Amino acid sequence: MKYAYFPGCSLESTAKEFQESTQLVGDAIGVELVHIDDWNCCGATSAHNLDHRLSVALPARNLGIAEGMGMDVVAPCAACYNRMRSAEVELKANVKLRDDINADLEKPFTGAISVKSSLEVFTTSEALAKVSDGIRKKLTGLKPACYYGCLLVRPPKVLGFDDPENPQSLDKAMETIGAEPVEWYFKNECCGASFGLSKSEIVVKLVGDIISNAKKHGANCIVTACPLCMTNLEMRQAAAGKLRGEDLTMPVFYFTELMGLAMEVRGIKKCFASHLVDVNSALDAITADGAMVG
Amino acid sequence: MISDEKTQECMGVIVSGCPVSPEFKREIQELCGENVMSCYQCGECTAGCPAAFAMDITPNQIMRMAQLGLKDEVLESKSIWLCAGCETCATRCPRGVALSKVMDASRQIAVKSGKTCAEPNVVKFHEEFLRQVQMFGRVHEITLIALYKMRSRKFVDDVLAGGQMFLKGKLGLIPSIIKGRREVKGLFRK
Repeated sequence: MKYAYFPGCSLESTAKEFQESTQLVGDAIGVELVHIDDWNCCGATSAHNLDHRLSVALPARNLGIAEGMGMDVVAPCAACYNRMRSAEVELKANVKLRDDINADLEKPFTGAISVKSSLEVFTTSEALAKVSDGIRKKLTGLKPACYYGCLLVRPPKVLGFDDPENPQSLDKAMETIGAEPVEWYFKNECCGASFGLSKSEIVVKLVGDIISNAKKHGANCIVTACPLCMTNLEMRQAAAGKLRGEDLTMPVFYFTELMGLAMEVRGIKKCFASHLVDVNSALDAITADGAMVG
Repeated sequence: MISDEKTQECMGVIVSGCPVSPEFKREIQELCGENVMSCYQCGECTAGCPAAFAMDITPNQIMRMAQLGLKDEVLESKSIWLCAGCETCATRCPRGVALSKVMDASRQIAVKSGKTCAEPNVVKFHEEFLRQVQMFGRVHEITLIALYKMRSRKFVDDVLAGGQMFLKGKLGLIPSIIKGRREVKGLFRK
């Protein structure tokens, strides 16, 4: 399968290990990701908070370029995916707005392609069958709390690839690689998202609720598919622990890092060095009996 | 049409001491397509809202105020800026109203009307973010953080974590500037 790949600003900087692991896993399971040339920022929360037209127009430029490539778009970042998919749905439904925005674009978007999340593309039954075939070491002993957050599952009318209240795609991916995802209550709760800098006290409270619940249910790591969730969960866990008077130290992984680890793809371990929270306690929990013979 | 501050009836409710703007709900609907009149105040939005604990007016109260035309109260609230846009309310609303979109519309009306924002740092962050996109076509995180800190005067917060990210090679010094930035700039003009 071939897709137009939209990395987004975070995957080029704070989430570079998500970018690396996405490409490594894509290569390993035959999902070819072709960069969208000269892509621009999706506008993220800031555009849809301040200027609705801009929040559709910024993604529209990327959609127009991707349409010229003749491929559906894959956006690993949950925020980019959500904004691009929301714009796609609105542009397909609202011809007047589409014509108005297309007048400003060098490459117009006519509605011929669709936007998908990397989670969606990497957890189809065909993709998971390929992952399963490629496993060299099952991650037995790893007990991830699968954390979807908001932007991958809501609003379901627009996204709709997983259940908004009890999503399963990450859990299925983790089971496929031999990990044992825990049942917990906060898999689709918000981390505070873009308030990371401007209202960090909100993020600290929410991160505390999330990690504390994951621990209570026996998780030894959290797995995510969103760079904003990753930054907030890693950066605010120390302050959250202090606020709650609990030890909330918790390694956090991108799901692609763990898929790559189970398949032992070359270069995957380099990703772990980029984390702000040491991941070794979780890696040490993986038992030796997961190793596949031959 | 904003009437004077006398007691008046709106939707059969006596509102006293507040100016009432019955056109507010139509402004919202024009901007985001949501009809606030559909809300029957069950409170599901507030029950599931992750940011409600920090808000001055709860999400269902924002809806009621919008129905009643209490425009100033909504636009001057902290709540419209503390909504994280997580869409939990929109997903669960039994009346199918996306309160998250009503929040978006309220923010846009507040900015357009030049209201003093009750959470200035949130607005400053969004403005600096979009300025980056307008300049480079993408967001350059170090520049964004630096400019935001200058404007919000929060110089010392998170310096440690920022330094750690820099050492791990996550914050590049050189902004990535796209070729089509004039085209992107053109998207900002309307």
